[in-house]
Amino acid sequence: MSILLTAMTAVLCLAMIGAALLAISGKALPVAILAAGLVSLVASVLFLILAAPDVAMTEAAIGSGLTTFLFFFVLGRVRAGERSGDDND
Amino acid sequence: MIKRLVALLLLVAIGTIFTALLAGYEADALLNLTARYYADHAASDIGAANIVTAIIVTYRGLDTLGEVTVLFLAATVVGLVLALGQRHEKAPRSLVPAGELLTTGTRFLAPLIMLLGAYVFANGHLTPGGGFQGGAIIASGTLLLLLADPLKHFSHALIATIESFAGIFYVAIGLLGLVLAGGFLDNRILPTGELGALFSAGAIPLIYSLVGLKVGAELSSMLANLSATEEL
Repeated sequence: MSILLTAMTAVLCLAMIGAALLAISGKALPVAILAAGLVSLVASVLFLILAAPDVAMTEAAIGSGLTTFLFFFVLGRVRAGERSGDDND
Repeated sequence: MIKRLVALLLLVAIGTIFTALLAGYEADALLNLTARYYADHAASDIGAANIVTAIIVTYRGLDTLGEVTVLFLAATVVGLVLALGQRHEKAPRSLVPAGELLTTGTRFLAPLIMLLGAYVFANGHLTPGGGFQGGAIIASGTLLLLLADPLKHFSHALIATIESFAGIFYVAIGLLGLVLAGGFLDNRILPTGELGALFSAGAIPLIYSLVGLKVGAELSSMLANLSATEEL
């Protein structure tokens, strides 16, 4: 592995840890969801560097694409449920 | 306080274990026995240029069938739960229209994304990717269509038909392998052809196309279900 690639990997790992911390400690839920998607995106780039393009494709499409939007769909439903629950009580 | 201390001790213990593992790690210079067999025999026996695909579809084909089954069950349960929780009032929903950029971009990009998905699963035996990746890419195209127009109605009958036929033909090809070739899901029921050509590697392109259609249909139906039952 060349020096440039090693440095890039280190930066990506740091970005991944930072995004994961943001996802855990972030106050706003949408920001946390986006940060979790970012973790997957960086992970897919790391898989590519580690010469696993098949895994990288799955991670990018499912981890950072579909899962993120699944979380948003669910978040919308939970909020709608909270609102109608407040009306009933 | 005690709880935090226990958590901290646990973290330190796990950290120690992983540090020891990392310190003792040495990359293998040689492939292990199973990996060497796959690396030596995938191209000559199976005829697939992408060894990962040869392993997933042929050597470990039964596992793939299991994974597809798990995904099918997950999609079914999502549909079931959403249908049960649905309220019966069917008031026409009025939504803020999606922006110009998203609408126009979707018109341009959605067909290309779907085409890329089909390319990925049809070329699974040659290039990285395959049925699962292609199916997920197709589903992300569906997602884009849903984002541009949340009221868009997808034909569930069509999705169900594609999904069922892909599943039935997948198992049927597997059973044909029992009769015509060496065993269940053996890809050599068709000629393996020339290494690297599109029509090569026996039944792998066929199986992976079916898996791709099945996964794409399942994930798309999940997204369409979620979007259709959303209360806004």
